[in-house]
Amino acid sequence: MKYVVKKLSAMLLVIIIVSFLAFLAFSVISGDPALSKLGTQATPERLEALREEMGLNRPLLVRYGDWATHFLQGDMGESYDYNMPVKEMIGDKLPITISLTLMSFVIMTVLAIPLGIYTAKHENGLIDRIIYILNQVIMAIPPFFSGILITWIFGLVLKLFTPGGFVSYKEDVGGFFWYLLFPAIAIALPKCAMTVKLLRAAILDEVKAGYVRTAYSKGNNTNKVLYYHVLKNAMIPVVTFLGMALADILAGSIVIEQVFNIPGIGRILLTSISNRDYPVVQAIIVLIAVWVIVINFVVDMIYKVIDPRID
Amino acid sequence: MKKEMMKKLLLAVVLSTLTIALSGCTGDKSGEENSSNSGAAAAETASASSITIGIPQDLEDSLDPHKAVAAGTKEVLFNVFEGLVKPDSDGNLNPAVASDYAISEDGKTYTFTLREGVKFHDGSTVTAADVKYSIERCADTSSGTPLVPAFSNITEVAVVGDDTIEIKLAEPSTDFLTYLTTAIIPEANQTPETTPIGTGPYKYVSRSPQEKIVMERFDEYWGEKANIKDVIFKVVANADTIVMELEGGGIDMFARVTPAQANQLSDKFNVEEGTMNLVQAVYLNHETECFKDARVRQALCYGLDRQLVLDFVSEGKGTIIGSSMFPAFGKYYMEELAGLYTKDVEKAKQLLTEAGYPDGITFTMHVPSNYQQHIDTAQVVAEQWKEIGVTANIELIEWDSWLGDVYTNRNYEATVVGVDAATMTAYAMLERFQSTSDSNFINYNNPEYDKAFTNAVSTVDDAKQTEYYKQCEEILAEDAANVYIQDIVELVAINKKYAGYEFYPLYVQDISKLYIVE
Amino acid sequence: MKQKNYNFIIGGSITCFMVLLILVGFFYTPYDPEKMDSSLKFADVSLKHIMGCDNFGRDMFSRILKGCGTTLFVATGTVLIGALMGILIGAFTGYYGGLLDEVLMRVIDALFAFPSILLALVFIAVLGSGKNNVILALGIAFIPSFARIVRSEFIRCKNMDYVMLAKISGASDLRIMFVHILPNTMTVLLSSIMIGFNNAVLAEAGMSYLGIGAQPPEPSLGLMLSESQTYLFSEPGMVLFPGLMIILLVLGFALLAEGLKTRNTGK
Repeated sequence: MKYVVKKLSAMLLVIIIVSFLAFLAFSVISGDPALSKLGTQATPERLEALREEMGLNRPLLVRYGDWATHFLQGDMGESYDYNMPVKEMIGDKLPITISLTLMSFVIMTVLAIPLGIYTAKHENGLIDRIIYILNQVIMAIPPFFSGILITWIFGLVLKLFTPGGFVSYKEDVGGFFWYLLFPAIAIALPKCAMTVKLLRAAILDEVKAGYVRTAYSKGNNTNKVLYYHVLKNAMIPVVTFLGMALADILAGSIVIEQVFNIPGIGRILLTSISNRDYPVVQAIIVLIAVWVIVINFVVDMIYKVIDPRID
Repeated sequence: MKKEMMKKLLLAVVLSTLTIALSGCTGDKSGEENSSNSGAAAAETASASSITIGIPQDLEDSLDPHKAVAAGTKEVLFNVFEGLVKPDSDGNLNPAVASDYAISEDGKTYTFTLREGVKFHDGSTVTAADVKYSIERCADTSSGTPLVPAFSNITEVAVVGDDTIEIKLAEPSTDFLTYLTTAIIPEANQTPETTPIGTGPYKYVSRSPQEKIVMERFDEYWGEKANIKDVIFKVVANADTIVMELEGGGIDMFARVTPAQANQLSDKFNVEEGTMNLVQAVYLNHETECFKDARVRQALCYGLDRQLVLDFVSEGKGTIIGSSMFPAFGKYYMEELAGLYTKDVEKAKQLLTEAGYPDGITFTMHVPSNYQQHIDTAQVVAEQWKEIGVTANIELIEWDSWLGDVYTNRNYEATVVGVDAATMTAYAMLERFQSTSDSNFINYNNPEYDKAFTNAVSTVDDAKQTEYYKQCEEILAEDAANVYIQDIVELVAINKKYAGYEFYPLYVQDISKLYIVE
Repeated sequence: MKQKNYNFIIGGSITCFMVLLILVGFFYTPYDPEKMDSSLKFADVSLKHIMGCDNFGRDMFSRILKGCGTTLFVATGTVLIGALMGILIGAFTGYYGGLLDEVLMRVIDALFAFPSILLALVFIAVLGSGKNNVILALGIAFIPSFARIVRSEFIRCKNMDYVMLAKISGASDLRIMFVHILPNTMTVLLSSIMIGFNNAVLAEAGMSYLGIGAQPPEPSLGLMLSESQTYLFSEPGMVLFPGLMIILLVLGFALLAEGLKTRNTGK
């Protein structure tokens, strides 16, 4: 319990730090939001009036507190470009990106864990070697390139899906997931290769540890040892990696969304960045940050489950 | 809220796992779906008529027809809004919200009779008060220049009967009617920015930023109703994926593909050829130190072989132009200006040396990243200018940044874009180069030009006025106000399922004429 | 395991080959990579143009050489910034510990959890786009990973005998940190620098794919890939060649990093 409280408070602290940094970066360094809002119609009087109205004349910490409270209540500010609440803008796009991320994560885990175990069990076998080489190559392929290749092979040549034929989950859930499957694979591939490699190495490390020999000498057969003892310990570095991968996948999906023309938050984030529509950028960044931090917390909790001695 | 979030997350996880399982065992099924392509197409036509049209940018400036400035926005809003009169595909003005009009002999009073029973998209009937409101809104000078600059000529808008409205002008004007294409909007609508309501053949339904604009046929339209019921304008901001979207069926039509893109398309598509009706040029910010010297600007013109640009960018298609006017303008267009500058590297270098830049100049061209034509042109131009010692760096920016930084704030050195005409008048094309104009985004300041333009505007005699406008064009060309390139060939890629595309001499997309084949 | 260190050998060869190619590319390319020729539009692979020509009739091979150069240039800048700042932060926090360490590490932890490309995007949002800003942004985004490695190495080393000895003989803290401890972290650092290169190449390609990095007509692998999407059907070479080059570059660094690790640990 002490462990949970400690990690929880650390998590909250990090969230506060990160959100404050994001607030600082976008609200202060990026220039005067009142000026951006007025644009060419700015006159000193109008500017002052709007600054007052927007509450920009208050001390920084008060503004942060105000912003954070609103954010917690779901009010993420208003876009400069669209004059509409950020929440409304990203509301129906967030589920798309999250689905893509989770799908890709599931693909990665489902493929990587059996492969990792298999290659460790058959160390230096033919398949192990082939997979090793494959892993190295796949890790070197940037997801957007595999995305283009997948579009070409599965979309244009094999016609398994129609590139650019994205359908919203509101219209056709099956079609939505079918379309997302291909970009999800593109993102998952390199991460999957890394996981296999990591898991294999971790298992082999464990196998060489003393307790395994003891277990063997007690007459346990290989499979049982592998699954009960080795895997449990070998999972610790893998869980860390999977946690980080989940964050990476989210970033990867922002790029992949451009390859497959998926209207997720990636497009919005990119255009908002170049249009300096800071409330939108700020909201998306903070959301992603919270997502990343929460995942780290979950990873910490999983450690505790795997190995109760950790604190 | 968190709980709900968790629930959603959980649902998403379950769903995504489920689909993988499903897609794993139903591989055949998807193959079946694709093999029966024709069946799917037939089903589509039967269920509901719809079309998805790719547009290169979101309508980021405004959905308010009076505040929209980008040609790309206006071409879409053309389907939603109408003025008292409306242009047709030949460039003629036909009565729209008004059924009839009369112009007084002195050319100072325009009287309009409203068409009976014209409805707004919200169901209300257009009243004379709405018309008065719309016109006065655009003529309002309280924040500087009125929204429609030509409306500064209006002295009074009077409702003289239930269905009659009178517009009085300070100065007689021959082409005032063309400005009455200005959208008529309901006075009652407090939020024209977010809920656009007009009288056009299509009504606005919804939008999703950076994704799409949804429209629906307006069944109570006064005129010939549109054929296709649902229209989606889908934003394809990444020009590199246009071909893929078309081939994949993500979009059915894209109005401005490059010849290279058109060549990639399969025989599922018709490619119609017209012109874009715009002036593509390297627009120069005259506030930039080196561009203040006309010799530098002329050197840039001499450093460019325009035919080569056309060869690279559009396989030789397109019309080379030499001033701010394109061929569709007929009597105003001066073909001879196109040949004013022919490529002459020596002359260009000499001019640069005379201007005090013997080692050439370096500047940045901002190019909107969503227009492949302009990106390609910029690359060819930059490459050619190397020969005369000019380094033009290219910087791609998002369309909205272009609108903000380049067009509105004029914070740039040079840019490659196309400038169109809001109405079929020489005024619309040339007004922006007056030193005092709000839309003078190149900061052009030439008293000679201002004088010629003022003369043109204040002349009633048509022949004389044409003469003055031509003088304006000549000044722009000889002074090398911009490096004029071409009126780009417009290639409309449209799925063979649809037909009826009509080219306008203006930058508009008339969706109401499209229909489904079969 | 008496096996040869294949990773090191192959990775080293690929990297040497690529770096050599790029270095040659800085001084000599068969053609001007930006020279357009309308008669060579989409020219096929031939002896004259070993990778064909693009939609402007520009020689693909020359463009790819220059493009790799751009990529490597950005990657080097990125790793340089990331490693130098990382070493500084890691050294001080690792050596001194205390409250500063605690706070800085929390921030670094948070940043480290962020995917570098996303972090770079955040900086780009504040700094504006362009090649130099990409170097800066990616460089900053890479600081946390270096800082963490250096810090843990410093913590490991600071209580070792030779450090104690140096302390007794009156060496200053700075001297101990950078003259005594730092060289001992080199083996670990070198392998993470290679991984850094690996990630930087991928990140740069991703950024220019998104149109944030290098601007046309400057050749850049990511940008070339983005542009090639239009011609996916008829000109697959325009997609494959730049893609292959990225893979080779990344693969070389990755194997090298792996090989170095094996070498150090002796496994």
